[in-house]
Amino acid sequence: MSISKKAMRAALSLAAVSVIATSVAAVSPAQAATASCAGVGTYAKQAGATVEIFNSVIGQENARYQAALIPFQNCTGITINWNGTNEFESQLGVRVQGGTAPDIAMIPQPGLLAKMVATGKVVKAPATTLANVNKYWSAGWKGYGTVNGVFYAAPNSANNKSLVWYSPKQFKKFGYTVPTTWKEMMSLSDKMAAKGQIAWCGGLGSGTATGWPGTDWLEEIVLRTQGAQTYADWISHKVKFSDPKIIAAFDQLASWMKNPKYVGDVSAIATTTFQNAGMGIPTAKCMMLQQASFYAAQYPATVKVAPTGDVWAYYLPGINPAVKTPVEGGGEFFAAFNSKAATQEVQNYLSSPEWAKARIAAAGPAGGWLSANNGVPLSAYTNGLDALSAKYLADKNSTFVFDGSDAMPAAVGAGSMWTELTNWFTGKSTADVASAIDASWPAA
Amino acid sequence: MSKKIADHNPGRKLFSSKIAAIVVWTITALWTIPTFGLFATSFRPKEDVFMSGWWHIFTSPHFTLSNYQAVLFGQGDAGSVGGVIPYFLNSIAITVPAVVFPLVIATMAAYSLAWIRFKGSDALFFFIFALQIVPIQMSLIPLLQLFTGGAHIGHITIIPALGIAGKLAGIWLPHTMFALPLAIYLLHNFISALPRDLMEAAYVDGANHFMVFRRIVLPLSIPAIAAFGIFQFLWVWNDLLVALTFSGGTQNISPINAKLASLVGQWGSHWEILTAGAFITIALPLVVFFSLQRYFVRGLLAGSVK
Repeated sequence: MSISKKAMRAALSLAAVSVIATSVAAVSPAQAATASCAGVGTYAKQAGATVEIFNSVIGQENARYQAALIPFQNCTGITINWNGTNEFESQLGVRVQGGTAPDIAMIPQPGLLAKMVATGKVVKAPATTLANVNKYWSAGWKGYGTVNGVFYAAPNSANNKSLVWYSPKQFKKFGYTVPTTWKEMMSLSDKMAAKGQIAWCGGLGSGTATGWPGTDWLEEIVLRTQGAQTYADWISHKVKFSDPKIIAAFDQLASWMKNPKYVGDVSAIATTTFQNAGMGIPTAKCMMLQQASFYAAQYPATVKVAPTGDVWAYYLPGINPAVKTPVEGGGEFFAAFNSKAATQEVQNYLSSPEWAKARIAAAGPAGGWLSANNGVPLSAYTNGLDALSAKYLADKNSTFVFDGSDAMPAAVGAGSMWTELTNWFTGKSTADVASAIDASWPAA
Repeated sequence: MSKKIADHNPGRKLFSSKIAAIVVWTITALWTIPTFGLFATSFRPKEDVFMSGWWHIFTSPHFTLSNYQAVLFGQGDAGSVGGVIPYFLNSIAITVPAVVFPLVIATMAAYSLAWIRFKGSDALFFFIFALQIVPIQMSLIPLLQLFTGGAHIGHITIIPALGIAGKLAGIWLPHTMFALPLAIYLLHNFISALPRDLMEAAYVDGANHFMVFRRIVLPLSIPAIAAFGIFQFLWVWNDLLVALTFSGGTQNISPINAKLASLVGQWGSHWEILTAGAFITIALPLVVFFSLQRYFVRGLLAGSVK
């Protein structure tokens, strides 16, 4: 009896000790001189200050980020600790709760940003950063850095999913022109079908993630027909999959990617891998493939990726004229966990066009890094595909949305939506697919 | 091995039969094949690694040291900036104190719990034993908060902020804390089984507790201490979670495991580097294990046979 009493008392006191949360007050040092450097901008000198940017970038990409940050550090005297780890998602939560939060974190999902803001440790963006974002980014982008009406995080890099891959050489040979509206795209498809060509390539296969290309197609149509608001409601399940608006999107997708006239054998789409789906484009085995900008990496070195080469991409046109320049994609955001002067100075720099230009230069001709910052002229891109993607992402009037399945609960966005869309391509009815996904939505 | 001894030892007889030998060798070979495959892969060029399986080394041997160069010195296109040597040293700087501290404390605690009678010593021992059920994952964040903010009730400071998160001490302390319950339990069982006559003779001769501990208990407990030392060494060396959490994201005290996890590259395309990294990482534990293995077997039986 005495043992358990003592044990209880000890356990209780331990629990009391661990429950008590504390906070560390940060004192911002007085700032004095400012420095103005070519290619960087004008910032307060903060010699001796160190700012840690916690992020998920490792390997060569990490080295490119570090190289791009050197001019700013030389100019201001601030030391930037660009701390990349592939344990980012789990470690960020631990560090924020444990009281060792980084100065700035590069957060790749709006959902994670909202989760961090909910801890109360994220501080809102400084005035200059806010002004930069208002000036250089579209409202959609700013919205993803905003939680509950407060703007916290400026966007960093971006990627574009709204592209269609085609072969400029084959288009030239058959006298086709790149369509700029959905109608043109469909009549071009009809033209190809009349010639006996397979207009659309497609593949859902991706190992355990089989089905994700299908979610992108559906998302593109929901965005293009219904606009950003319905799209957002759809992701939060205020609009269900069985809603007539979403069913209509399914029907439109059926007339496109499930249309035997355009794709040949429909059920083959479910079994073809996404990597192989577009391999027939250079040889006109199939003519077009809706895939993201990163699809370029799938082609072997013998295939020339260029505006007049074997493969290139065009922008997937809009459908509903009320939805201006719809673009689906992704990106990262810089959120700060304190309001020290040096931290804010780094935030300001990272939201400037000068930063984006420095980072693009560090990527070199191979490209692979682009920003939706419209202060960056398209001529700054040394890689044509990056420039093409950036043109639509940086458009002030574009309707930008994040990949919807990434923002949905994992049980749906990385689960039932993948499997059910695969089933849909192998013959399951639209109504059954919609109700199956709705049923899998986690409660509360 | 003479036949006579084998006849007297049924266990030895069982293992000396041909069938048993075949079974043992087969199992040994099966268990070693994956490690050998990893070892072979670490010497193969990247192109070969991605083109064909490691067993092709027998038909078309083609070896390179470039993977090891990339891991050790950060050469090649793997982009492992600076190589892993500093992280290897970090691992040693983390592991050695994190093994010595719990051993010193636990040996003394085990002696006093076993041989010094005081009120509630049994209850205290049971409480320490019971602490083993606290999962380390559950206490990571509260511990980190304690290190960074201290503990307060209202305005009264119970424990001041230690300020050791992101420093080596911040990694030693959790490892020590979490090793102690098992270490005390294991050593207590061993030390309490030492012959009472030895201690009593020493007390009669006028030795105090410290002398008994230093002259009798410590030398006799070497097998148990070494066995637990190996356990703790391997646990700390292989640990990623504690180090990641308490290093507070500070790269310059990260252990080699943290670096190893990132060697694979942003897109997971450099696993040929991982194989070489894995072998560099296990080099030191192998040396420790082989040099102390005779204690390991003896120590595992600690307290089990009187």
